[in-house]
Amino acid sequence: MRRRCLSALLALAFCQPVVAEELRSGYTYMEPATQAMQDDDFLNPGFFLVDEGLRLWRQPMGPAGQSCADCHGPVEREMKGVAARYPVLDAGTGKLVNLERKIQLETARMGAEPLAYESPEILSLTTLISYQSRDMPMQPEITPQLQPFLDRGRKIYEQRRGQLNLSCPQCHVDHAGDKLRGDVISQGQVNAFPIYRLLWGEPGSRHRMFEWCMQSIRARPFERGSDEFIELELYLVQRGAGLVIEAPGVRR
Amino acid sequence: MPALALGIWLQGFGAANADGLAPLTGQPGDPSRGEALLLDMQRVSCLICHRISSLDERDQGQIGPALDGVASRLDNMELRQRIVDARVFNPDTIMPPYYSVTGLVDVADLYRGRTIYDAQEVEDVVAYLLTLTEEANR
Repeated sequence: MRRRCLSALLALAFCQPVVAEELRSGYTYMEPATQAMQDDDFLNPGFFLVDEGLRLWRQPMGPAGQSCADCHGPVEREMKGVAARYPVLDAGTGKLVNLERKIQLETARMGAEPLAYESPEILSLTTLISYQSRDMPMQPEITPQLQPFLDRGRKIYEQRRGQLNLSCPQCHVDHAGDKLRGDVISQGQVNAFPIYRLLWGEPGSRHRMFEWCMQSIRARPFERGSDEFIELELYLVQRGAGLVIEAPGVRR
Repeated sequence: MPALALGIWLQGFGAANADGLAPLTGQPGDPSRGEALLLDMQRVSCLICHRISSLDERDQGQIGPALDGVASRLDNMELRQRIVDARVFNPDTIMPPYYSVTGLVDVADLYRGRTIYDAQEVEDVVAYLLTLTEEANR
């Protein structure tokens, strides 16, 4: 009896019509010239961060004089796929962490100088690590423990806010592909970060982009690295699950 | 005397009925100032989302309906209500409220308690939009 109920329930779950939005990387909305810039590792202005990240990976930090590489080994092997499944629950703190926060925690544990969230060091290391997942699909593992974080992230995503009273999906779902002034609105996917953004003339993190978006609608942004932004990040990774990592991306 | 109070209020500025809103100020709107406001992208221009073909402006949005000939479809009160707060017609509208702070969440410090336009600016933009008749569009 119990088994029959369960299978009936499962059937019901699978029979629900799923209105899947076709996932599109921001890449597909870009001008061919910008796409070409991302595609060519020599032209890609974000690529220097990979080299700089590799230098830092091997650089001793803290009183014990150890480097990331001393414990982890070669980044190409040990960090492959990591960026594709982040953010994750950090076993040590019980908190949801993204790559940036994880690197901050690890370097603090090593007794190294604290690294600011958007510092060149963090950007370099996150780019290096994300690059090891290039062309791999984003695939977070949503465990029951992660579900409340995901739910909060979704609430942040759907909350109308700011003087312009807009939620993320009002533009990035309802009007993706439409023109806002001269620009085409993308789905707001996060698979290419850290990106080199031509408008900024420098690279930036996912949270810097969230902040930029919220300032554009005249809302008070959350702090970069805040729990709220990491929850939003988790929701966006889940929403875009299946899109491949493009780091270092180039965007308008 | 709620009925009397309502009567007085209805005669006042910004009085609402089912479809629209009376002028917010005693000074008639200035269409040329309205046009200038609309072309100022720092002021949450209508053109971010809407198109007005008669304006010499390359980058215009396509989120909302084109405003060409809008004055032949909506009168001044209906236009004003949509600018002031289009949520009156549709609570889920994507259109930002230009002259209401009701229900806004997490507004940046710089803008908290302030509306996008002031009352006279609303009047100026309404006056400009009223020039966009079907005839003017031909």
